[in-house]
Amino acid sequence: MKSEVILHINGEQRSTVIRQADTLLVVLRHLELTGAKPGCLNGDCGACTVLVNDTPIKSCMMLAIETVGQEITTIEGLHDTAIQRAFVEQFAFQCGYCTPGFVMNAYALTTQKPDADEETIRKWLESNICRCTSYQEIEQAVRSVLVQKKR
Amino acid sequence: MIGKSVIRKEAWEKVTGKAKYTLDTVSSGTLHAKLVTSPYAHARIRDIRTEKAYAAPGVRAILTGEGLPLTGEDLRDRPPIAWEKVRYHGEVVAVVVADTLMQAEQAAQLISIIYEPLRVVGSPKEALAEGAPLLHENLATYQKGKYTYPEPGTNIAHRTKIRKGSMEKGWAESDVVVEASFSFSPSDHAAMETRCATAEIRADGTVVITASTQAPFMIKRLIGEYFGEEVGKVVVHTPFVGGAYGGKAPVQLELLAYLAAKAVGGRKVSVWNTREQDMVTSPVHIGMEATIKLGATKDGKITAAEMVFLFDGGAYSDKAIDVTRAAAADCTGPYHINNVWCDSLCVYTNHPYASPFRSFGHCEQAFAIERTIDMLAEKLQMDKLAIRERNAILPGNTTPTQVMLNKSNVGNLPACIARVRELIEWDEWQRIEINSRLVRAKGVSCSWKTSTIDTDASSGAIITFNTDGSINLITGVVEIGTGTKTVLAQILAEKLKMDINDIHVKMDIDTQTTPEHWKTVASRGTFMAGRAVLSAADDAIRQLKAIAACILRVSSEDLEVGYGNVFLRDDPSVYIPIKEIAYGYKYPNGNAIGGQIIGRGHYILRHLTPLDKETGAGKPGPEWTVCSHAVEVEFDKRDYTYRIIKAVSVIDIGKVLNEKAALGQVMGAMSMGLSFASRETFFFDRYERVLNAQFRTYRPLRFGEHPEYIADFVYTPQIDAPYGSRGVGEHGLIGMPAALANALSTAAQVPLNQLPLLPELIWRTKEGWFNDSV
Ligand code: FES
Ligand code: FES
Repeated sequence: MKSEVILHINGEQRSTVIRQADTLLVVLRHLELTGAKPGCLNGDCGACTVLVNDTPIKSCMMLAIETVGQEITTIEGLHDTAIQRAFVEQFAFQCGYCTPGFVMNAYALTTQKPDADEETIRKWLESNICRCTSYQEIEQAVRSVLVQKKR
Repeated sequence: MIGKSVIRKEAWEKVTGKAKYTLDTVSSGTLHAKLVTSPYAHARIRDIRTEKAYAAPGVRAILTGEGLPLTGEDLRDRPPIAWEKVRYHGEVVAVVVADTLMQAEQAAQLISIIYEPLRVVGSPKEALAEGAPLLHENLATYQKGKYTYPEPGTNIAHRTKIRKGSMEKGWAESDVVVEASFSFSPSDHAAMETRCATAEIRADGTVVITASTQAPFMIKRLIGEYFGEEVGKVVVHTPFVGGAYGGKAPVQLELLAYLAAKAVGGRKVSVWNTREQDMVTSPVHIGMEATIKLGATKDGKITAAEMVFLFDGGAYSDKAIDVTRAAAADCTGPYHINNVWCDSLCVYTNHPYASPFRSFGHCEQAFAIERTIDMLAEKLQMDKLAIRERNAILPGNTTPTQVMLNKSNVGNLPACIARVRELIEWDEWQRIEINSRLVRAKGVSCSWKTSTIDTDASSGAIITFNTDGSINLITGVVEIGTGTKTVLAQILAEKLKMDINDIHVKMDIDTQTTPEHWKTVASRGTFMAGRAVLSAADDAIRQLKAIAACILRVSSEDLEVGYGNVFLRDDPSVYIPIKEIAYGYKYPNGNAIGGQIIGRGHYILRHLTPLDKETGAGKPGPEWTVCSHAVEVEFDKRDYTYRIIKAVSVIDIGKVLNEKAALGQVMGAMSMGLSFASRETFFFDRYERVLNAQFRTYRPLRFGEHPEYIADFVYTPQIDAPYGSRGVGEHGLIGMPAALANALSTAAQVPLNQLPLLPELIWRTKEGWFNDSV
């Protein structure tokens, strides 16, 4: 079953034909928004993380059809944000494959929980896997943004 | 410029999601392949029925293994698609090509295959046992490299022998002897980007491949060799690679993509691994069984070392042969031992086949050696760092393959050990009981590594200028995450005294226009490509000076290049901007001379030799990077769980080129080593099927589980390397499994000689130790 839907992505309306079984990840990538990455298609790695109504969601675990009428933000929708700058400056990526997912998650964390303590940071970020870095760099990037926000 | 934490050239591409990886380049209209894989680890294929699948909607082709050539880099033992027999769980038996991935997946389910299961071989020891089933009955007939020594009639794909000194003498000189055995199963690289490739064949016969690989130039070469394609007509593109760690050095899916494209009249086909397939169908991290025996004098001088490494190469030898050879070449660890006997075997089993894993056989052998050294220290009641200092390799010593070391080709291990001693506060305490449950303990290790790669491996670089005097830097190193391309730009900027922002780096590889870099492996990118870049810069400088000399009417010997100009050394006010001569120079009257400046350079490793078949004597690599490591754990005596508190690596890096990039490499490698050692393994059932091929059951370290990392450096320059810098991409990893095992053995007061160090293993070992069973 296919149907034409309109999705709200990064402040734009995108009309597209989807199968009802298509995940949001598949549809985003068909729309050439390839920032969200397939890593496991099983909700385990977080490489596909996007925001749906500001909540980080693993787009491999959500059907595209469920997102009709909701605000979707992908990595392509972030421009020169504090968390992106921090990732650049702290070398919080290497191969970069996990980076869009981590950045989306960390962006939501730093904007929604500026007072996040260690426990909160861990709870949020343990849902993503990075195989290259030691996580210490990612932790520093996130903390540096939280510190800026507190000032 | 050298040493600065220059922001990586591709940083913004990566944090904005714009960086393109192989799968991101798949255009609409591309056909999709689904791999049909074997549910058995060892079986005869009695029949493959594809009619139903052919009739399914969207199906364009179905490939089976019939008539395909055998492949393999050292030993051609692997059909790209299994034929007549499957040898591991997950092996490809058919490939379905359809218009969409979903159609391919649906059709794949309609293929029916009749297997006749065979007895399985589940470990190297089983493989070598009397009467074990043979994986490759035709081993004798396989085409092989000159320095590969399979043993037909057995499951041995290759044996490397190291014979140095006299064992008789070594044992005679020793006062104590320790011997221990070690083992771990295969595991996975688990790069976040699963392996994938696309291929198409153009009307003129040009084969165009895009692949997530560390070896684009090898793909080109092998497709030429295996399938008789003209090598000049094979073009391989490699965009960004989403993690590799050795797992993307073998050539596998690229062959399938090529065959699939050929089957559909050249149309573009994409082959992409699901996570589950990536873990078992594509090459894995090698497993090992080892026995180490060390003899030493009362004061801790090691006089004899005898070691047997039985590597679990899995069903096909491919790159595993090289891994087992590299492990043998450095078999003693960074210690000077006069009498050495080592056999390192690449053994066939019915496990997924192995490939290099970051550190190339070294973290595996180091685990065995460094554990044995700790046991030796305990027997001698010696300090565990002191015994390592006592035996540390030094200039003037020889390696196991009898290479004489000097101040340039080996780093300063005693300095690394001394620094680790400080950083982990070794002399304060090594084991303390915090309360009735919790114990804290520290473990140490040392490591070294050279690159055992082809003796004629080379690297090239091209630099071209833009009209504004800025430079394009083109090298064949793949950006797999290590930041090497940025470091190469720093090397060039330093040499030409230029602003790093005026150097534009070509990130992707196109084998038609990019000069060859053998393979992006072995922590050799910066050294080899760095030398090539320096030589390309010299070439450009020579050309710039020649044309400037003409215009300025001076001798080119009096000229210098830098800061965007060519100028007189003794009077910089006489100069010409590079941008005015980079495309030739036009005199006011319209006459012109020169032309575009194109600098080219290359580098080939020098004086390397293959290892001798009987003694192992030979020169495997240009230098040995040495390191020392420590790990501190907090262990719970009641439930055998533990927390890694702190991990330290001190590496003799020679010179830091980009500080944050270097620290990132070292800490990332440490993290991977700890993850492997503490939790990563495949679990096999009794039919040798992998039970945990997904991230829910194969669980790499996650955020919050990471300890505090301390990476530090010692600086002994390698004289022939760019600015003296040594390779460090893998070295942080090598000593981690050993240091963790040493720390936990101290904490639990029981020798832990298996990996991964799951609480269950500690519990079982501890129980066995006390009950004298298990
Ligand atoms: S791809 Fe969605 S969580 Fe891994
Ligand atoms: S940067 Fe490679 S997986 Fe995170």
